[in-house]
Amino acid sequence: MDELERAIVNRLQGGFPLAERPFAAAARELGTEEAALIAKLQAMLEAGTLTRFGPMYDAERLGGAFTLCAMSVPQADFERVAVLVNAHPEVAHNYERAHRYNLWFVLATGSRARIPQVIAAIEAQTGYPVLDLPREQEYFIELRLVA
Amino acid sequence: MNALDERIVRATQAGLPLAPEPYRVISEALGIAQEELVSRLGAMLADGRIRRIGAVPNHYALGYTANAMSVWDVADDAVDELGARVGALPLVSHCYRRPRRLPEWPYNLFAMVHGRGRAETEARVEEIRELLVPALRASDVLYSTRILKKTGLRLA
Repeated sequence: MDELERAIVNRLQGGFPLAERPFAAAARELGTEEAALIAKLQAMLEAGTLTRFGPMYDAERLGGAFTLCAMSVPQADFERVAVLVNAHPEVAHNYERAHRYNLWFVLATGSRARIPQVIAAIEAQTGYPVLDLPREQEYFIELRLVA
Repeated sequence: MNALDERIVRATQAGLPLAPEPYRVISEALGIAQEELVSRLGAMLADGRIRRIGAVPNHYALGYTANAMSVWDVADDAVDELGARVGALPLVSHCYRRPRRLPEWPYNLFAMVHGRGRAETEARVEEIRELLVPALRASDVLYSTRILKKTGLRLA
């Protein structure tokens, strides 16, 4: 990782200006030129070092309904259950975790009323109970991954 | 959220154009004035619908391969004060209070912790434990072993 890439990761995770020439302004802050910054961001996106460049939206504040769900599934039945869960379009993320509760997924729906319906469908299809763990409070988040 | 804000979200959620005047490109595509776009984005930034604007690094590409969900059973009268301190720690990406589901699930505080290897992640988890210890009853750490689905949270 070169100096500019490091500066982008360490100093440009937020604060990109709402200006007419924002790349020029950000480049000045990072000690480079507009064209060089744009080319570097393009290269980092293509290489997969960055997943995105732009506004990071808080999906919940935009008006959807969300919850985190957990299931405890016997290993022998795990693949079958994972396929059934993933088939629901409301399932946004799904992770296998090393724990008695080994299947963790996020449900994202347009309305709060839809969440118990999807959970009931998953329980009926799979035969296992689902823990519904909606967020009640978010504590201040300012993730700074460093390179 | 009004219809214009929704169009702006759809036009920008995958990223800004990498052009010298990205807001002009988007405002022209939406058929609105650049000033209006910038003012709507500013309002969403101010009220938290936009968390921040900038680079979104890929954890794995930066070497953050040990990603753990730490879960804690913290006394109800202390969880909000301590949760805020946990959320402010470096390398904690999400920190939430969630309901307990007794008797199966006793944990009410969740903190996602990232490290460049298990040793760094475990050291971060220990920092959290030290912070919580006066009000802590139990805890656990769940490492992810496989991504089964990841579509991102997008407006359709």
